[in-house]
Amino acid sequence: MRMSFDLTHLRQLEAESVHIFREVAAEFENPCLLFSGGKDSIVMLHIAQKAFWPAKLPFAVMHVDTGHNFAEVLEFRDRRIAELGARLVVASVQEAIDAGMVTEETGPRASRNRLQTAVLLDAIERHRFDALFGGARRDEEKARAKERVYSFRDEFGQWDPKNQRPELWSLYNGRIRMGEHIRVFPISNYTELDVWQYIKDEQIEIPSVYFAHQREVFERDSMLLSTGPYITLMDGEEPFIERVRYRTVGDMSCTGAVESSADTVDKIIEEVAATRITERGATRADDKVSEAAMEDRKKEGYF
Amino acid sequence: MEMLRFATAGSVDDGKSTLIGRLLYDAKTIFEDQFEAVEKASIQMGAEYTNLALLTDGLRAEREQGITIDVAYRYFATPRRKFIIADTPGHIQYTRNMVTGASTADLAIVLIDARKGVLEQSKRHAFLASLLRIPHLVLAVNKMDLVDYDQGRFEALRHEFRDFAAKLNIADLAFIPVSALHGDNIVDRSANMSWYQGPSLLHHLEEVHIASDRNLIDARFPVQYVIRPQSDDYHDYRGYAGTVAGGVFRTGDEVTVLPSGFRSTVKSIETFDGPVDEAFSPMAVTIRINDEIDVSRGDMIVRPNNQPTVAQDIDAMVCWMNERISLRPGSRLVIKHTTRSTKVIVRDLSYLLDVNTLHRDESAAALSLNEIGRVQLRSQAPLFFDEYRRNRQTGSFVLIDEATNVTVGAGMILGSAS
Repeated sequence: MRMSFDLTHLRQLEAESVHIFREVAAEFENPCLLFSGGKDSIVMLHIAQKAFWPAKLPFAVMHVDTGHNFAEVLEFRDRRIAELGARLVVASVQEAIDAGMVTEETGPRASRNRLQTAVLLDAIERHRFDALFGGARRDEEKARAKERVYSFRDEFGQWDPKNQRPELWSLYNGRIRMGEHIRVFPISNYTELDVWQYIKDEQIEIPSVYFAHQREVFERDSMLLSTGPYITLMDGEEPFIERVRYRTVGDMSCTGAVESSADTVDKIIEEVAATRITERGATRADDKVSEAAMEDRKKEGYF
Repeated sequence: MEMLRFATAGSVDDGKSTLIGRLLYDAKTIFEDQFEAVEKASIQMGAEYTNLALLTDGLRAEREQGITIDVAYRYFATPRRKFIIADTPGHIQYTRNMVTGASTADLAIVLIDARKGVLEQSKRHAFLASLLRIPHLVLAVNKMDLVDYDQGRFEALRHEFRDFAAKLNIADLAFIPVSALHGDNIVDRSANMSWYQGPSLLHHLEEVHIASDRNLIDARFPVQYVIRPQSDDYHDYRGYAGTVAGGVFRTGDEVTVLPSGFRSTVKSIETFDGPVDEAFSPMAVTIRINDEIDVSRGDMIVRPNNQPTVAQDIDAMVCWMNERISLRPGSRLVIKHTTRSTKVIVRDLSYLLDVNTLHRDESAAALSLNEIGRVQLRSQAPLFFDEYRRNRQTGSFVLIDEATNVTVGAGMILGSAS
């Protein structure tokens, strides 16, 4: 029996992503994939592997390491990189602080979030990367809804939303000058639910912190943050044990957990389908600063 | 689940943002925190009700000026389909954004205000949708609540628009009376318009037949990237990676490689998940062929008895997208067409098309921002193309200014120029 000419939405999304990876690999000299250990970058890495199989990835993988990591995520990163035979570049915020390149914030609300931007831009310059794959999705946040697949950055690494290049059909303009680079978002058109359904379909392994587990947490700004070496409790903040999971994984000091009993991918899909709060709204202190927080950080060169 | 991409056109006044906000809200894809942010912003702006339009006005500059600057992409899903909305601004100066959003759309929704009728702007949107060959068009007659849900008013607008649309190439045209503000005929059929027997807007989006919109006849495979692992396990492996841009490729098929003209047969069609017997648009695969012939990026694999036009002189409709430079005879640009990039020179500008009246101005000397014209180009290397109306992938191109590297034009091929 012949197959039909229909492709499911997940197959169409994957084909689009594969096309983008190959286009960048063909037209840029030194691309690099930004890997955070979060599910979006794991999915992105998985698609990249598919795009170039049976060859290895024709570019390096970079982790901008704030030093505030979940141990499970670091272990996962190293294992995955070894499986792929890929080249890992670590851009360390801690090293940048030690070298006096950036100054660490102090106090109980100190965050290394802003420092990441400077460390990232420095690494891009040092390694002469001309295209960086990021796992951002347009459904995540308002400012991202208007981002192109190829997002052009000037020599200061900055994004100008009013001056984006028109992007038509699947024809991407990858022409840049020396010192400039582009950010590329191969999974732009996935939603959070698409990502989870894809993880299920493809049986992609993800770090254990995404599944429900017992953890010591405390409440701050109506978010549950993990206790640990990177965070100082303020007056009145009482740690307690809760069954939680993470919807996004980033810097431990500013990524919130959500109460959950979802301990399998199926249960997570059920939970995501029923949820009424965006993943960034629920779990990212960094986006709560102001209504245009993401827009501002993106202009500065944040991913 | 199937996927449908649609573009929306209309101005803020037509209630376009409200319509999208309503679709997202009623399809339960608006999250509480997004809704709260919008409620807060509505109060700050002194609005009396929660302005659903703010859900889609993303950038601060836009909220301050009450306009939409750029194409925004929105997502929602029903159990039947996943939808991607290209939300494009309606003002005349943003033709380029509508063209951008329309380039990938399966369907366009053109919104009109029932009180104001078919304005020049609505005609322009319908024309652009037909120029970009969006297969399906929906005219949503909005604000029906403000004309007392009057059937006569709806029918009059329908006839007026149908007369205009007859001059365009629109394969499938539907008319739906709605009120985005109150939700009439958006998700469910409206009790206020029992005279309307058609589907609600969402129902139409879920049911419209899109499977036949692709070209499954003319086999086209632009080679994007050559995969050579050079590893012990895959010592002599050489595969041509790309996205099928038309037709169907099968193992064993006889093929011709352009521009060399060498012939071979398909040895295998491979993916990470294993070999497949056939590949069609928009699958991204790797094709291996039986003979060792020189194939590289920019080449195209086709069937010997169904080949695209190979030419250096191209006749095309071009939409100009840049405010700083204009297109005129003699302009030198870079063209990107499928996976090929080469240089072109503009030989002639036949006419500039007035997108409101469809009048052709043959005396025009240049194309400026948001203008559309018929242009003849000569390329340095031959291009392998089909007419845009036959194949949106192999019939489209973008033009890039070499000095600034900016994308300055979008083109739809009519044929080869003599």
